[in-house]
Amino acid sequence: MTDQNLTVRFFARLREELDTDSLELPAMPGQTVETLLSQLAARGGRWAQLQGDQPVMVAVNQAMAKPSTPVKAGDEVAFFPPVTGG
Amino acid sequence: MISIQTEDFDVGAEYEALRGSGSGTGAVATFAGLVRDSGDLSGVTGLFLEHYPGMTEQVIQGLIESASQRWDVRQARVIHRVGRLALSDQIVFVGVCSAHRGDAFAACEFIMDALKTSAPFWKKEITGDTEHWVEQKESDLDRSQAWE
Repeated sequence: MTDQNLTVRFFARLREELDTDSLELPAMPGQTVETLLSQLAARGGRWAQLQGDQPVMVAVNQAMAKPSTPVKAGDEVAFFPPVTGG
Repeated sequence: MISIQTEDFDVGAEYEALRGSGSGTGAVATFAGLVRDSGDLSGVTGLFLEHYPGMTEQVIQGLIESASQRWDVRQARVIHRVGRLALSDQIVFVGVCSAHRGDAFAACEFIMDALKTSAPFWKKEITGDTEHWVEQKESDLDRSQAWE
């Protein structure tokens, strides 16, 4: 990972349906969880589900985050379905 | 102490370790969760469990700290297995020791309820020929929110 990039990770059903464990994306000024999600959903096809009917949870640097949470270079952002452990 | 592991665990050994936590301990409450044959699907023959390494441990550590602020917790132990599990396999263990039973029961139940809705684990049910990612349950959210 370079200093200019974000790492984006996917887990469980999203990981399988997107066929992607992780991505490195260039960080952009003023970026938030919401703008990142829109950017990914705009790839179309299966990626559109990131803004579909099913709930998507997000963590930034391994702490639960909100759509308005800022993201910056060096951050690890993870998208995943609601958790079902125990 | 928190362990996320593929290997099985020995409830007896975990109980003995909690029992030896000090002379002030008067109660040990333990919970073990097992793989059941029905969930979202019937005829479940096994599970696959995935987690988010690093975040999982941080979330569970936070739950143990929250429990320790609310109740007398002398020691807490959480074990959660990941990977492929078969029917009746042990999935999760929570053990808490306290001076008295009320605190041990409450802290153990709280940690387990909160783990189910906040720790990043995901279960996939496996039947003969299908796989299904388990959906989060309203009843689990209700149990977790009841502690707030």
